[in-house]
Amino acid sequence: MKTNQHSKQFKFYALALVAALTFSSCSNDDDTPPPPVNEEELITTVTAIYTPVGGGTAVTLQYKDLDGEGANAPVITVSSPFEKNKTYNGTVTFKNELANPAEDITPEIVEEGDEHQLFYQTTGTLNPFTYGTATSNFDKNGKPVGLQSVFATTGAASGTLTITLRHEPNKSAANVATGDITNAAGSTDAEVTFSISVL
Amino acid sequence: MSKKNFVFFWLMLFVNSLYSQNTISGKIISQEPVSFSDIHIHIGQKISSSDTSGNYRVTNLPDGITKIYISHIGYQSIDTVINLQGNLEIDFKLKRNTTKLHEVVIQQKNNANSKSVAEQQIKLETIEKYSNKSLGDVLKEVAGISSLKTGNAVVKPIINGLYGSRVPVINNNVKLEDQQWGTEHAPNFDVNAAGKITVIKGASGLQYGGDAIGGLVIIEPINVKKDTLFGKTIVNYDANGKGGSLSSSVHKGNDLGWSWNALATLKYMGDKQAAAYVLSNTGNREANFSGDLKYAAKKFNATAFYSYYKSVIGILSASHTGNVNDLYQSINNKVPSVINDFTYIIQNPKQDVQHHIAKFNFDYYLNESAFIAFQYAFQFNKRLEYDVRRGDYKNTAALDLDLKTNTLNIDFKKSGHDWNFESGLSAATQKNYANPATGIRPLIPNYDKIDFGAYAISSYNFSDSFSVDGGLRYDFSKMDATKYYQKSRWDERGYNETFPEFIAGDYGTQWLTKPNFTFHNISASAGFHKKLEKSWDIFTNVSFASRNPNPSEFFSDGLHHSTGVIELGDLNLKKEQSTKLSVTIRKKFDQFSFEINPYSNHIHDYIFLKPVGFETTIRGAFPVWEYQQTDALLLGIDVQTHWNITNHWQHSFSLAYVNGKDNSKKEPLIDMPPLNLNNKIRFSKKEWNQLILELKSEIVLQQNRYPDNNFYTNIIKDNEFESVLVDISTPPPAYHLLHFYSEMKFNTFKKMNTTVAFSVQNIFNVSYRDYLNRQRFFADEIGRSFQIQLKFNY
Repeated sequence: MKTNQHSKQFKFYALALVAALTFSSCSNDDDTPPPPVNEEELITTVTAIYTPVGGGTAVTLQYKDLDGEGANAPVITVSSPFEKNKTYNGTVTFKNELANPAEDITPEIVEEGDEHQLFYQTTGTLNPFTYGTATSNFDKNGKPVGLQSVFATTGAASGTLTITLRHEPNKSAANVATGDITNAAGSTDAEVTFSISVL
Repeated sequence: MSKKNFVFFWLMLFVNSLYSQNTISGKIISQEPVSFSDIHIHIGQKISSSDTSGNYRVTNLPDGITKIYISHIGYQSIDTVINLQGNLEIDFKLKRNTTKLHEVVIQQKNNANSKSVAEQQIKLETIEKYSNKSLGDVLKEVAGISSLKTGNAVVKPIINGLYGSRVPVINNNVKLEDQQWGTEHAPNFDVNAAGKITVIKGASGLQYGGDAIGGLVIIEPINVKKDTLFGKTIVNYDANGKGGSLSSSVHKGNDLGWSWNALATLKYMGDKQAAAYVLSNTGNREANFSGDLKYAAKKFNATAFYSYYKSVIGILSASHTGNVNDLYQSINNKVPSVINDFTYIIQNPKQDVQHHIAKFNFDYYLNESAFIAFQYAFQFNKRLEYDVRRGDYKNTAALDLDLKTNTLNIDFKKSGHDWNFESGLSAATQKNYANPATGIRPLIPNYDKIDFGAYAISSYNFSDSFSVDGGLRYDFSKMDATKYYQKSRWDERGYNETFPEFIAGDYGTQWLTKPNFTFHNISASAGFHKKLEKSWDIFTNVSFASRNPNPSEFFSDGLHHSTGVIELGDLNLKKEQSTKLSVTIRKKFDQFSFEINPYSNHIHDYIFLKPVGFETTIRGAFPVWEYQQTDALLLGIDVQTHWNITNHWQHSFSLAYVNGKDNSKKEPLIDMPPLNLNNKIRFSKKEWNQLILELKSEIVLQQNRYPDNNFYTNIIKDNEFESVLVDISTPPPAYHLLHFYSEMKFNTFKKMNTTVAFSVQNIFNVSYRDYLNRQRFFADEIGRSFQIQLKFNY
């Protein structure tokens, strides 16, 4: 008699548990997949346009990586060589073309100018790129943000230009304000390299 | 230990047993009729039983400290120590144990986990020392356990060279979830809630699962069987981090009827300090609560348990690097790129983790020797990872995961005089949800998982000195995931050829995919325990285990911000299968004991992260690490000794070595802990307020066996590209640390006693880095720290 009662109790618990499990496992089967993540913070495209002072053909440098961290290689284009003995004023813009609609990230960088700085490094025989002097090229503390740059050409030259956008660099470190990346620290939000020449 | 000493101890033993032969005899008394022949009597090294009326007699006992242990199923065991100086007559009264479960469970601890594996246990006294540390730190007390760290607050145990989902952590009979999320997640557990921690090296704890290829960490809470009410409060202050912890618990025990436990812990730490600089943004906070309520009757008991764990952990600012150039700078500069003044403030990057467990247990006694246990447990993990982000996303988590797990267990245990049998069923459902509002493609996708398991374990004592055990387990697992793959990644991985059936939708540049996987696994364990004369013990166990690839191994796809590495999972991964042979030889002399545990673990399809090359993104080039499989062999040895030099002085020593080899590539395995040696000298004197002084030496050698995954990158130096070596492979040099610990006990009030402890970690403020710290490229480990602990028992 006693045992019988026990076995009834067991059956009850076993059933209850199986039932609970079945319900919890079946509860999520209304499958509408969540939408894909809108990658709103990503930078897919860096464009630098260099306009010669006193007229001439502007040079457009563009680095485009439309799958972000995906496996495809980026597409890098340089519209034309730079001309000799000219001064070019350049402006860099950053875009996210994966977001829908495409988003211009440059205003964000301007707004948070004190947390961002661009650096220009050249190799080969190219002259250095320097920061533009307009006040709009500086943050609220008077430190360069560096979206605007100046490239003064002389003779024929060739090499590479690397444009780096650093997030939270140490802007007070030695030589950082003059555009030397060595002591800048921070983390790299964009780093793109173009092969350019002066003809 | 020298040969001379060995001989000396042997002699001591011999002399003792030759010259003093005493007899202990008496009667076991019980109010109720008891099957006296089923009573186990252990006196000193002898095992005996009583006659039908309860009389017992044990002869040829040596003088000195003698342990007496008497047990009978359904009764409270008698466990005492006497100082034997001559023949002794002593009667023992058996008291019926109404909370019988405990008795069975305690017996299970000695037996059913596995008789053929020498388990390692960490006692409450040791756990309390680590009140303001993490579970991973406490576990390092056991030889053969090291830790995989991300910074200093995220600590994961490594057992015999293996970690992560190969080392399940069982808290109060619930397997803690979230390890499947990857390596930089520590077990969500407040050490103050542990009453006892047991470590099984290997997969022989089949009742907890068949995938413990590395081993099991089993945590049991403090539990009181007597009718009593007591409390405990531990306060810690750590000068390194200028913070501390406060943990308070109250326990109400009872034989029958209601009993309960409640515990709350708070931790608050600022930036830690390395030997030479502040480790910026390494503060952490923790707030934990756990409690249970239990009702015990003669035939059954029921328990409801809830625990809540919440922690916010700052991630070293300097570890937020960008591309390989940043990594190169960091490795070569040897100083973190960001060092700020000390602060309590935690900024991004940081982790914010919550873990709830709610469970219900019901145990029912079928008769004196058999019971059945039901358990339902619900776990909810919430994980937010904040990164350094721009604009509106500053305060939005970069990773936002929810994990809900329901588990159900039914276990049946029956024991006879010389055998034990245990069998059970388990079922679980799990749902992972990755919030898309982060604006970053999630590392772990949404998935649903169902698991089902069944096991049976049995042990048999052929004699008092020889027992065998064996077990078998079957597990079924099914996972259905939903993940968006970039088409370029899908093709690069070759999935367009191998898994076209997973594609469920076309979203422009991305595929919506629904990968699903089903696994059937068998695991088994068998072994024996042989007691030889003169306190030699030999344990031998062979275990076979299978572990399915976890979601991070399957699905990882993208930049891992805490390491600056692109991690790629692989849908082609197969399950890992391990065969481990483990032998433990234990010997106890009068004052000296040692334990040697050599093992061999062969893992077929061992899954590991391998650096494979580069990918260029708009942020520069990033190293690509890929989950791969190989045939691995781990050979190792753990040694522990303990020596009571005099009444006041003790010495203990432990050593752990593991040699991991990639059999297919014929090269060493990555991330294997180097040889480590620990020596501890302890002075204790009861008369001086139970003074304890300890000096501990910790030596970790350099790992000389590692695969070379170094690579070159171009940096611009003096207007020219220069190719430089990024040395991510060479392990850091050996280090030697000294630690000091001291404590005294005071009876402050009538019913309260207070323990005051003072300790110094890393006395000489050594600068060092650890091979198994994922942030070793960015900063040194913690420097010297002074700690004060007050413990009140009331």
